[in-house]
Amino acid sequence: MKLVDSEKHLDRNSHLKQLEAEAIHLMREVAAQFERPVLLFSGGKDSIVMVHLARKAFYPARFPFPLMHVDTGHNFDETLIFRDKLVEELGVNLIVVSVQEAIDAGRVVEETGPEASRNGLQIVPLLDAMREYQFDAAFGGARRDEEKARAKERFFSHRDRFGQWDPKNQRPELWNLYNGQKRPGEHFRVFPLSNWTEMDVWQYIALEGIEIPSLYFSHEREVVDRRGVYLALTDFVTPLEGETVSRRTVRFRTIGDATCTGAVDSAAATLEEIIEEVAGARTTERGGRTDDRRSEAAMEDRKKQGYF
Amino acid sequence: MTNGTMTSELAEETSERGYLDMDLLRFTTAGSVDDGKSTLIGRLLYDSKAIFEDQLDAIEEATKRRGDAGVDLALLTDGLRAEREQGITIDVAYRYFATPRRKFIIADTPGHVQYTRNMVTGASTADLAIILIDARKGVLTQSKRHGFIASLLRIPHLVVAINKMDLVDYSEEVYREIVRDYTAFSAKLAIHDITFIPLSALDGDNVVNRSTKMPWFDGVTLLHHLENVNISADRNLVDFRFPVQTVIRPNQNFRGFAGTVASGTIQPGEEIVALPSGKTSRLERIVTANGDLDETEAGDAVVLTIADEIDISRGDMIVRKKNLPQISTRVDAMLCWMDEESLDTSRHYLLQHTTQTVQAHIGKLEYRIDVDTLHREQVETLGLNDIGRVEIETAKPLFFDAYSANPETGAFILLDPYSNKTVAGGMIRGAARGADEVETSEEKPTLEEQKSPDVVWEGWNVDLAEREERNGHQAAVVWLTGLSGSGKSTVAREVERRLFEAGCQTMLLDGDQVRHGLCGDLSFTPGDRTENIRRVGELARLFFYQGSVTLCTFISPYRENRDWVRSLVPEGRFFEVFVDVDVETAKERDPKGLYEKALKGEIENFTGVSAPYEAPTTPELTLPTQQLSVDDCVQRVLDMLAEAGIVDDALGES
Ligand SMILES: Nc1nc2c(ncn2[C@@H]2O[C@H](COP(=O)(O)OP(=O)(O)O)[C@@H](O)[C@H]2O)c(=O)[nH]1
Repeated sequence: MKLVDSEKHLDRNSHLKQLEAEAIHLMREVAAQFERPVLLFSGGKDSIVMVHLARKAFYPARFPFPLMHVDTGHNFDETLIFRDKLVEELGVNLIVVSVQEAIDAGRVVEETGPEASRNGLQIVPLLDAMREYQFDAAFGGARRDEEKARAKERFFSHRDRFGQWDPKNQRPELWNLYNGQKRPGEHFRVFPLSNWTEMDVWQYIALEGIEIPSLYFSHEREVVDRRGVYLALTDFVTPLEGETVSRRTVRFRTIGDATCTGAVDSAAATLEEIIEEVAGARTTERGGRTDDRRSEAAMEDRKKQGYF
Repeated sequence: MTNGTMTSELAEETSERGYLDMDLLRFTTAGSVDDGKSTLIGRLLYDSKAIFEDQLDAIEEATKRRGDAGVDLALLTDGLRAEREQGITIDVAYRYFATPRRKFIIADTPGHVQYTRNMVTGASTADLAIILIDARKGVLTQSKRHGFIASLLRIPHLVVAINKMDLVDYSEEVYREIVRDYTAFSAKLAIHDITFIPLSALDGDNVVNRSTKMPWFDGVTLLHHLENVNISADRNLVDFRFPVQTVIRPNQNFRGFAGTVASGTIQPGEEIVALPSGKTSRLERIVTANGDLDETEAGDAVVLTIADEIDISRGDMIVRKKNLPQISTRVDAMLCWMDEESLDTSRHYLLQHTTQTVQAHIGKLEYRIDVDTLHREQVETLGLNDIGRVEIETAKPLFFDAYSANPETGAFILLDPYSNKTVAGGMIRGAARGADEVETSEEKPTLEEQKSPDVVWEGWNVDLAEREERNGHQAAVVWLTGLSGSGKSTVAREVERRLFEAGCQTMLLDGDQVRHGLCGDLSFTPGDRTENIRRVGELARLFFYQGSVTLCTFISPYRENRDWVRSLVPEGRFFEVFVDVDVETAKERDPKGLYEKALKGEIENFTGVSAPYEAPTTPELTLPTQQLSVDDCVQRVLDMLAEAGIVDDALGES
């Protein structure tokens, strides 16, 4: 397969250049229209791409907002190491919001059972932090192609004082004019990657030579087979009764909370191989996430409450 | 699913290539409920492999839960729960798929009666619109409404997908009739590229694979068309406009202006003007994180630096010195109202245009357009889903172009400062009539400027009403505009002959003819073209007040000039007739051999080859000469005049 020759200047009509320009335009709009934006950084490839775009959008200046990581406490080591290195290189401010602390403080209650997930628990500490720091716009790396409920999400997504999203009452979004008007206490989620697909993200990473955590590349590790999803064996994931642990050659298509992010069998060890694999893939990225599978409308419910 | 196999060729290609040199096509789909829009999108996604197994499983399960068998492709595109429960799509949803040639972004909008607003939203970013028609039902009111919105929003390409051909026995006759009906309707619209494709979304015929059941159809499949339609020519690369989003100032030594080039191109070293200050300087650098560029063009997100320290901030616009936008605090615009709360002409709104947000007030509501009949109605307000023409006053001047010439600088949204909602989308037609142009430069000759200020005008000696009384018909100016070779003169000559024989007072002013005399001293540069039209406009006005039905055939490529002529005669007496032909056909016809010369470079500033043509925004009549005979064209002009009460009904057909 022919991969991008990063030396070669890509035609500006190419889809990647257009998507890049769209994202940069959006980030600059946010910087101009809002007082205190923040970039929600999960450590995954989408938020890494967002950081890369933010760098380009304000070059040669530094981008004018901090990063915020809502930490479930269930991280892969690689994610945190990568995050800290990136932050140091950029010289930006990183705010870490801890779900564990919110649990300890009784702000949220930990789910129980084998499918317990801390994803839903991110909402409260996230909104607490938005209030504490008075952020009025938060960049998220969500893409419309990820999930049905996201297909109708706007670039500028209004949230009321309670951080809630009302899918029935969204502002129409026309041309490239983005309405960021709001009342005090309200905020916006802004999604610069809305129009990107998983394939676009990978191609862009290859085109721009963006560094990403090693978890995305094929490696060997011990995994627990939980109802067809391979979860990495970690301090937070141990086999339940009847489950087996095996050593497999896998990679992750998304990296989030280690308790619900599944690995896939893969020998793809380079970007070229990953792109080839994605082109031939027959399941979505989120197909490997146990939390979305709970019900058909799972994502929509979480979004209404203020999920990313 | 009845036919779930993807062409193996496509599958192979898709997985083999890395899709790196693809471009991007954004399209929107519209259809009435149950025309098969969701099925068609599902089919495109499925056949192009954009649907994954887990999504298919989920759909299969959902289909089963509803008690149906198989996989309902339509479920793929039904997003939110409320909609699933009601079984309808209620908003704009975006879908993605790619083939090795192109990445596609679909803005899926419902065709529900009350959802004009959603289609306008989806259409605002589209390069192409697919309008679905159920072959059994033919052209419905809603199909027309969708065409009208596509034309209003200036979507450059339209596909009419005639679906459910399987239910009409793949009948060529049914297809032809729909094509005929729709073509007759679309003649009234400003749509230049329209393609008809008969298909069956359910079975996949002519969607991705050629149908074997419709051998009579010699066009291409829908996907083939989507992959190949040429969109690179749709952008405005002439008028450089750079709305400043934000100022980049990392240190004392660097001051750059960040923004996206709205249209046109520019290179370092060129002279620029900053608006509204009018200060001039020179473009120094085009900065990007990947290094400086030698040139930047429409769509690029860049940072510009300029040679002199002049004060520029967000909302300002950087343009080229010899090509300024219009500048005014009063604009004439079409509005699409999108809020439950109706337009209130006594209130203030916020108007967001490029990177400016200003206070605005709707000074005048001219009329509402009935989107089904296209008739203009006098109304007091605009409600949800209404489209109307208004005059807007702004607290600060806007820098704009007509939406038809440059959507990027012609589009705006209105916000309610209390609810903060986006209440309307708008498209600027031009400066409001009589609005003061804010002066910034001597470069672009505006027609108004050239009027002699000291002449006192006395009024006509014998007034028009008396002349009309004697003539037995009203006076009018019929302005035929279009490319060279479009057929303007042929049509106008025949119309004049028919009018004359019916006893009307007429006159025909023809481009070539005046160029030999009255305007013999003028060339074809933009300035001289403007002067040419000024003289001809004044001449037409004299014939008008002398009582004639005055036919004028001029290429008249600039909208602004044509609108100026319109302003010379009373409302309702000026008829802009767009004689529409695509450049390729005009080149082929080339009755005077002019295109050939222009292409060889022997003629400079030739419209369609080396000079731009700005098609009319809302002409009174469009004549698609590729589809109509001369007789049909002539009859339509006569019908129009009869319908407007200018001449006797007997001249009209109906
Ligand atoms: N026979 C036939 N039925 C079709 C075709 N396309 C769609 N349908 C059916 O028409 C109905 C409405 O289709 P749907 O895609 O939901 O329409 P929408 O409301 O426009 O999205 C469904 O029962 C489809 O299966 C077609 O080409 N042929």
